[in-house]
Amino acid sequence: MNAVKFLFAAYIATWVIHGVYLASLVRRFGRLRQQLKELGKGK
Amino acid sequence: MKRLFPILSVITAVLLAYALYQALVVAPTDAQQGEVYRIIYYHVPSAWTAFLLFFINFIASIQYIASRKPSTQTAAKWIVLAIGVVGVIACFLPAVQKLIPAGMRPSAVATTVLAIPAFYFLVGKLFPGQRLDVLAVTTAEVGVVFCTIVLVTGPIWARPVWGIWWAPGDIRLTSTLVLWLIYVSYLVLRRFSNSAQTQMLAAALAVFGALDVPLVYFSIWFFRTQHPQPVIGGGGSMDPRMLHVLVINWMAFLCFAFLVCWSRFRLELMHREIEEAHAMESLVGSGVTSKASLPLSRSSR
Amino acid sequence: MNSLWAVTLATLMKDIRLEWRSKDALNSMLFFSLLVVVIFSFSFDPLAEESRHIAGGLIWVAFLFASVVALNQTWARELRNQVLDAYRVSPAPANALFLAKALGNFIFVSVLEALMTPLFVIFYNLRVLGPAWQLIPIAVLGTWALVVNGTFFAAMSVRTRSREIMLPLLLFPISIPAVLGMVAGTTSILTGEESAHFWIVLLLTYDVVFTTACLALFGMILHAE
Repeated sequence: MNAVKFLFAAYIATWVIHGVYLASLVRRFGRLRQQLKELGKGK
Repeated sequence: MKRLFPILSVITAVLLAYALYQALVVAPTDAQQGEVYRIIYYHVPSAWTAFLLFFINFIASIQYIASRKPSTQTAAKWIVLAIGVVGVIACFLPAVQKLIPAGMRPSAVATTVLAIPAFYFLVGKLFPGQRLDVLAVTTAEVGVVFCTIVLVTGPIWARPVWGIWWAPGDIRLTSTLVLWLIYVSYLVLRRFSNSAQTQMLAAALAVFGALDVPLVYFSIWFFRTQHPQPVIGGGGSMDPRMLHVLVINWMAFLCFAFLVCWSRFRLELMHREIEEAHAMESLVGSGVTSKASLPLSRSSR
Repeated sequence: MNSLWAVTLATLMKDIRLEWRSKDALNSMLFFSLLVVVIFSFSFDPLAEESRHIAGGLIWVAFLFASVVALNQTWARELRNQVLDAYRVSPAPANALFLAKALGNFIFVSVLEALMTPLFVIFYNLRVLGPAWQLIPIAVLGTWALVVNGTFFAAMSVRTRSREIMLPLLLFPISIPAVLGMVAGTTSILTGEESAHFWIVLLLTYDVVFTTACLALFGMILHAE
């Protein structure tokens, strides 16, 4: 049924948005840990 | 404490899977809309979560502004207590009960009003000083994520049901859009403004946004009466089995939101510590900063 | 209380005098609005009745963007030569400065509206079917709504990067109920189909709420840093 396409689109869109945000968090964590290492090394 | 996070993540994942199963398989088919209505199980919990997060942001912002001076802090505490007391008593006065929309019990409204002082004191206790601002940033960002989901799933739901993607008079979706716009501008302000005063400015903006919300709601409400349009998502009562599944999904998403917020919170704390360390370095010269002075980062896994 | 109004008046007169001599803001606002009027007039069928339904929206969008031009330069003058810092260390109440700036902007934008309205009437062939006098409270309350928040947000954006973008970014979402009120109210009056009463009340409420909020928080904004 055509309408069910919209149902799955909505569910997938939800998790894509969550996924993108979580990925950005992971990336930011990685960058911070990198900066931490540099701070530690510089001493 | 750090062990807790992976355990909770697994539990949340299971909850979400269970909720999904409930939404797609267990919940009954809607008589009018067929299967498409199941979007509601993602659309509505996301909305409730977003509103809760923005509410916490508002509370944190007010506390942050009030905490500048002890006098304003005490004044704010008394005002919030008064709101709670007056609000609860008012709900049981016949004059006020006439204003309560049909279908809502006075005790339910009273409990909601009590949430305001409850959250105020809880937030104040759990997040002292700078952590208030970290909480504000966290809830704003995660709130925007959930709000985006509401605004994306809403039109996706509307299209097959009403044939249109968007109705400007749809009070809920349009109010949500304005809320989203306000908080996106909040996040942009945070990004484009530099240190010391940013936090205060952002808190002021959050207060303005909160004041704006009821005005937005009423203006669109009246606009609707002049230009009747379909309400996306429908109104009216719900089959108790559907309500049951809705609440299950909300609980699952709340757990998920909590974990995301916790991560974002820790990220922000780490970020601020590193910034302070950099500042110390440029101030005093290298050799000062050691692992010992970065307590949070040291204990990270 | 006396000093509040005395300082407000003094600052206001200074701003008006400065603006009158250079006419910078006024000229740019006027030219911008004229451009908008002309461009949008191409979307109008001069004999169609439906034009009246969209005229309200177009007029207020034009005024909204023109006000942003005025608002953006509100504090720019004070930043140069550290006038703003001098004000912060003076005993003058912060609210006086805010009121003066807001009133100044209100006057500039009102002058703009007064000059542009006949042009709109001509270019869009407008005939008011409802009670025309109601347009005055809508214009006054609506302009104040834009200007009071705009002045506040202009002060907030003055210390950010890309401050010219920051102001509309902050102002527009918060102003949505007010803009809706102005547009819907104007359209109701132009078409004569509905009463604009509710919109006038809404604008009044908006003005009261946000004027109070601005006055309460401006001191904090001014002294932040």
